[in-house]
Amino acid sequence: MTVVTLGPTRIHVDAEGFLTEYGEWTEELAVQLAAQIGIALTEDHWKAIRFLRSDYPSHGETATLRRVSTLGGIPVKQLFALFPGKPAKKMAYIAGLPKPRGCV
Amino acid sequence: MMRRLVILGAGTAGTMVANKLRRRLAFDEWQITVVDRDNVHLYQPGLLFIPFGRYRPAEVVRPRRGLLRNGIQLLRGEIDVIDPERKVVRLTGGGAVGYDYLVIATGTSPRPDQTPGMLGPEWRKSIHEFYTYDGSVALAEALRTFTGGRLVVHIVDQPIKCPVAPLEFTFLAESYFRAKGMRDQVELVYVTPLDGAFTKPIAAQRLGSLLDERKIAVEPDFLVERIDAERKTLVSYDEREVGFDLLVTVPLNMGADFVARSGLGDELNYVAVDKHTFQSPAHPDIFAIGDANDIPTSKAGSVAHFSAEVFAENFCQYAEGLAMTGRFDGHANCFVESGDGKGLLIDFNYDTEPLPGRYPLGRIGPLVLLRETKLNHWGKLAFRWIYWHLLLPGRRLPVPTLMSMTGKHRPDHQSEKEI
Repeated sequence: MTVVTLGPTRIHVDAEGFLTEYGEWTEELAVQLAAQIGIALTEDHWKAIRFLRSDYPSHGETATLRRVSTLGGIPVKQLFALFPGKPAKKMAYIAGLPKPRGCV
Repeated sequence: MMRRLVILGAGTAGTMVANKLRRRLAFDEWQITVVDRDNVHLYQPGLLFIPFGRYRPAEVVRPRRGLLRNGIQLLRGEIDVIDPERKVVRLTGGGAVGYDYLVIATGTSPRPDQTPGMLGPEWRKSIHEFYTYDGSVALAEALRTFTGGRLVVHIVDQPIKCPVAPLEFTFLAESYFRAKGMRDQVELVYVTPLDGAFTKPIAAQRLGSLLDERKIAVEPDFLVERIDAERKTLVSYDEREVGFDLLVTVPLNMGADFVARSGLGDELNYVAVDKHTFQSPAHPDIFAIGDANDIPTSKAGSVAHFSAEVFAENFCQYAEGLAMTGRFDGHANCFVESGDGKGLLIDFNYDTEPLPGRYPLGRIGPLVLLRETKLNHWGKLAFRWIYWHLLLPGRRLPVPTLMSMTGKHRPDHQSEKEI
């Protein structure tokens, strides 16, 4: 667990740079996190990010692409277009949530 | 009037809970009914070994009836729908079972129908799975007659039952073909929707080399959209392709369809419950245990076991009108076969990733965590006896229910990875 400074804010992140405190996330921070991985957030990106943020507290883990697609209404194909290569991981990074994980 | 507890499913979780509660709840006050579609209880951890000829199929099945204590009624039937308002479970064909308290324990199942192209002319020919009895028996024949080429082990999506099983299968396959003297003719590829075979930092650091040493290639971040059976190729949503000569896939796992029909499920038919008590927030007299619920830990028999301990105590309090005081912590542990008669052991919960150390008795061990040993392999084999004779009857095992940090340590340095 490390504390880093991103723009004006200090945040807690894990070894891969994912936020570890749900409450430290802000929309301004998301813009900066997205810029770090080369993504300029559009309204379509925001729809996915907002779904992830609202789903996490009750669900207890980061939504899978299938969950974002089924419950959030954004097709998986589109998620790959919005967040190329590694959409699940990139969305979690921008939304300040843990990356999708297995048990080991 | 008798109080009625109905348990749906006589698998690992349902059988354990039925037996534990039958011992606690008075015979003259409580009627316990378990509903299942058949009378065959499958020892699911054994399915991993059938493809390699290590278990005979007869060693992994027993009649469900004999595993349930006296005083538990086993009702055979297919569940159509739950009516939570009327507190009735309706069966297909017209039967109905009324309940005062309902426990859903119908698990999760592989659904090859959910990936286009999976079921088709190549199913059980060059496309296999080992999460069903028939599937693991068919795969044994496919491995025995495999003449070489690319063997792809593939996971459609998370979550899956026994999440380390595909990795174990890969290690066992590598060992199997080496023993047959044909390892040079088999290319092994592990295809996962996650960002690696190991995703927790400490496990990744300690175990990442297991794949390199065995020359197993990993294709990460691969979410399959369809299978082109004619070209024997997996095609991902972002148009990547992985060809195979023999595919061993883990199909999408889903909870039972009646859960969706009853309006109780999420996008994969898992029942939403409180992750510490397994109680449905929408219907307080409904609980879901084992793989059937949506708690954020592994879908595994060990979770079913540890959570059954918490649930049985809590249920007795709840039925007395008291507050439930037990809180499940997501505890899971698992032997991981790594081939050549060795295995690993992992132990973790909602908050603590798998750590190195010893288990269960601190420095005495005797089992070693997160490292390959022969004793861990023997532990895995011995577990089959424990399962039939201690676990299912609902006896307490001499291991803590909640995860303990005794014997574990957290390494100082964690590896850095680029996103």
